[in-house]
Amino acid sequence: MTAHHKMDKADSRNRLDDMVQGLVGSPMDRPDGPLKVSGQATYAHEWDVPGMLFGVLARATISKGRVTDVASIPLIGKDGVRAVITDDRLLRRPAQGGADEAPPQGSRQVDYFGQPIALVVADTFEQARHAANILKISYEPMANAAFDPEAEDTPTDKPEDDQLDQGDLDKAMADAPFTVDQVYRTPGHNSAAMEPHCAIASWDGDKLTLRGSYQMLNFNINELADALHIVPENIRMLSPFVGGGFGSKLGISPEAVSAALAAKEIGQPVCVALSRPQVFETTMRRSETRQHVRLACGTDGVLTGLGHECLVSNLPEEEFYEPVTQATHFMYGGKNRKLGIQVARINRTCGGSVRAPGEAVGMQVLENAMDELAEEAGIDPVELRRRNVPDRHPEQDIPYSSRRFIEALDEGAKLFEWHKRNKTPGSLREGDWLVGHGMAGAARVNILSEAKARVTLCADGTAVVETDMTDIGTGTYAILTQIAGDMLGLPASKVETKLGDTDFPAGPGSGGSWGASSAGSAVFLACEEIRKKLAEQIGSEETDLALANGRAGTGESMRSFADILDGQDISAIGHIEPGKTLEEWQQATYGSYFAEVAVNAVTGETRVKRMLGVFGAGRILNEKTATSQCYGGMIWGIGSALTEELVFDDRDGHIVNHDLAEYHVPVNLDVPQIEVVLLEERDALASPIQAKGIGELGICGAAAAVTNAIYNATGIRVRDYPATLDKLLARLPEQ
Amino acid sequence: MKPFAYARASDRDGARAEAADNALYIAGGTNLLDLMKLEVMAPDKLVDINRLDLSELADTDDGGLRIGALVTNSDCAADQRIRRDYPLLSRAILAGASGQLRNKATTGGNLCQRTRCYYFYDTAMPCNKREPGSGCQALAGFNRIHAILGASEACIATYPGDMAVAMTALDARVEIENVDGAIRQIPIQDFHCLPGDNPERDNILENGDLITAVILPRPVEGKQIYRKVRDRASYAFALCSVAAVVQMDRETIAAAALAFGGLAHKPWRDETVEALLVGEKPSAQLFGRAADQLLAEAQGHGSNDFKIPLTRRVMISVLQEATEKGAAA
Repeated sequence: MTAHHKMDKADSRNRLDDMVQGLVGSPMDRPDGPLKVSGQATYAHEWDVPGMLFGVLARATISKGRVTDVASIPLIGKDGVRAVITDDRLLRRPAQGGADEAPPQGSRQVDYFGQPIALVVADTFEQARHAANILKISYEPMANAAFDPEAEDTPTDKPEDDQLDQGDLDKAMADAPFTVDQVYRTPGHNSAAMEPHCAIASWDGDKLTLRGSYQMLNFNINELADALHIVPENIRMLSPFVGGGFGSKLGISPEAVSAALAAKEIGQPVCVALSRPQVFETTMRRSETRQHVRLACGTDGVLTGLGHECLVSNLPEEEFYEPVTQATHFMYGGKNRKLGIQVARINRTCGGSVRAPGEAVGMQVLENAMDELAEEAGIDPVELRRRNVPDRHPEQDIPYSSRRFIEALDEGAKLFEWHKRNKTPGSLREGDWLVGHGMAGAARVNILSEAKARVTLCADGTAVVETDMTDIGTGTYAILTQIAGDMLGLPASKVETKLGDTDFPAGPGSGGSWGASSAGSAVFLACEEIRKKLAEQIGSEETDLALANGRAGTGESMRSFADILDGQDISAIGHIEPGKTLEEWQQATYGSYFAEVAVNAVTGETRVKRMLGVFGAGRILNEKTATSQCYGGMIWGIGSALTEELVFDDRDGHIVNHDLAEYHVPVNLDVPQIEVVLLEERDALASPIQAKGIGELGICGAAAAVTNAIYNATGIRVRDYPATLDKLLARLPEQ
Repeated sequence: MKPFAYARASDRDGARAEAADNALYIAGGTNLLDLMKLEVMAPDKLVDINRLDLSELADTDDGGLRIGALVTNSDCAADQRIRRDYPLLSRAILAGASGQLRNKATTGGNLCQRTRCYYFYDTAMPCNKREPGSGCQALAGFNRIHAILGASEACIATYPGDMAVAMTALDARVEIENVDGAIRQIPIQDFHCLPGDNPERDNILENGDLITAVILPRPVEGKQIYRKVRDRASYAFALCSVAAVVQMDRETIAAAALAFGGLAHKPWRDETVEALLVGEKPSAQLFGRAADQLLAEAQGHGSNDFKIPLTRRVMISVLQEATEKGAAA
């Protein structure tokens, strides 16, 4: 029994508001929380599979060329080494998010420094690691590798469908009384999830079980099957717990395929975990960007022109590019527009989705430019944004679905006491510290993704939710439990949510912030179907049905589920598909950030003193996990503003700072008390549960609030991220 | 990780007896184990000295303190005598690493921690410190954290620690027992080496030498300051740190000890800078001259050029604070 719904029109019923169980929206603790803090949640590397061997990937130490020899023979049979896998099916690059097919395979061709070349398998992890380290690989290097995306001789191309030239921006710039014309740069990032990538492969005849750490099993199973040249029906993937993904686990990575190939060849289960440097080198990086922003406005502050032209990079042939201008297209008005992306083809680690691809760096820079324009035009930065909220999409002329941007600006300004700030840059000093305030707008596209989930109302009065959807630390276990509990009138303790198993119906996967609204909608639809069956059994209309605390009825006569079901489970699959509402309306989530920073007048060190984020993302399913997502996003923003930067060596393109000692994510002391406010909102066009994605919204512009505050504190515009102290030093006050 | 032999010593005689070519003592192991996993270091044998009786922090006869080599960083930083008489040392230790690491790391081991040069850590890269004669990739590469003082063509790595920088300003001495049981004390300034043509050598320890203690002289009056500048607020190595002990005699500087971290292959101390300050009245001009003296030979290598103006600013600021009127810190 499947309840299918395509989102072709608004759903304003707001049914979850009518449910009496009271779970949705509440700050319910994660049901998986106690398991995680007591070590009972089994992560990929923690499975104890009998007979398991360990594999470690050996890396390329050239940037472009061919492998001429892998000296396996001297190693095999000694010191526990069982095999050196050099199968042509080894992945050369990780799979892009949603690839649904194998990424480039065959490790004889080297595309970047650090690329996996072979898998060394041994009895113990230590033996494998040592053997992988001493494995001699011979190469025939090619001289024409490119490492610098901005070098003149680096080949570039332009994705045709991501170029916009509307009106006459040059003329708008020439005619406008106030303009900004600046180039900004953001560095590459790594997802830096706490849990490194890992896969344990075991075969039973032709059947493969792969325990791994992945975000989107519905796609991952097809990627793995394609890479191994087998059918997906012969694979079961398990990712019940994922220690953070942030994009790096959207597609399969080299560990999955190498573990499966080795386990097959040797006839024993094989575990392959990536070391932290390997995570940096062989999973996705966010591209660095060069962004040329042009803004033109009249004396009223209303934009007449907007340009956002970007250079990003990736390996040759990769279709993915950092979609820097994604939100620029719809965020602000201005009829003369020029937006575009250019992709430099370089030999560095594969570029892919990392933490809000597009907006994380695009909004960050756009919001810096808006701050500069506000100053040029002499208009308050909050007010400048208010004046440029378009009625309809400035390029596609379609309406917006619910959009609480202005409310987020106003609420944020009020709570932060924005009006009290010092408006003259560089003039507020407390001891050695220069104090400043900054703000920025937030936006992230909203996506509904096809999803299925099965819900079973069991004869004993409990319910089970099953989907291959993952919980990557985001709170999926909690929110699906809450939705099913409310729809079926059950306390959370009576609902068990099972995730991360490809034997379950295909969910949407965790990515692009769509997981909660998409998987949640599938659960909602399944529950609606179960409610219909229940209504039939007690002879009432579904809409008249009251469900609470394991009892159903129509007001006065409430009967227990066990009584109604009479030994028979009711099971239904909910199936949601995106439809016309995603094409005919511009759907996005919005917000605002406000930050206070202190910049050390001697050293240029910046400390964020307080930070506020106000967000509107449709219905909030769980106040606690949604708030935590926003905290995380804003902390990413602090990292993006101040510390995070992938450093590549110009000479061979290798990642210099490939560990968490030198790739600086913010630590506790870098993060002040952050305040998050979630606005009340229902987006009837987004999903049947009126929810939108919130996972990535917290980062989409957050860094700009910090750097705008640095400007207010010091009078220094840092347009080359991150704003490390060396970029401020020369212009700090004389001692 | 390359297989290695392991021996646990119960006393100093036992430890020395286990010493051998390419054997290393292990205490907290917070740096050594990482380096062994990466095979940057691959000793044939580890001699575990954690059971040795070197965990005492004791008063010395001349009013100083003897910090046993196995006193953990956490215990040292928390000791009331250290906090009262050598606050500089307590602050320097607490400015480094994380609580977990400081609980494990020891005084002797901390002195021996190795550079954080990115190229030293990556065995695919040439590195004269890791593989003598293979070359230095940092010199023309990314060298944000590298040396501006005392470096050589062979190596521009820095000593990354904080504790030893404070100890240098405090005129500490390192007590070492050699493989024959003979004990010597050397000034901590002479413990670490400059890279010269032999950057594989971090310090003067000979094979089988065991650090047994660090000895602090009797405390001196004056202000003590440790200022560490880094790329994030915690858990990052110093781009530049300054340890200062400054005594005033009314309006003039009576004594000044200044040590710098993050600038060289060793905690950097320049007595000509101190001599320039002593007997003078504090002034911006004086501090500027002192900074000029410190940095006269400073050499940037591209991405670390900023360390020269940074050090100048931090040093001046520390001297201003150290010579301000007010209660001794």
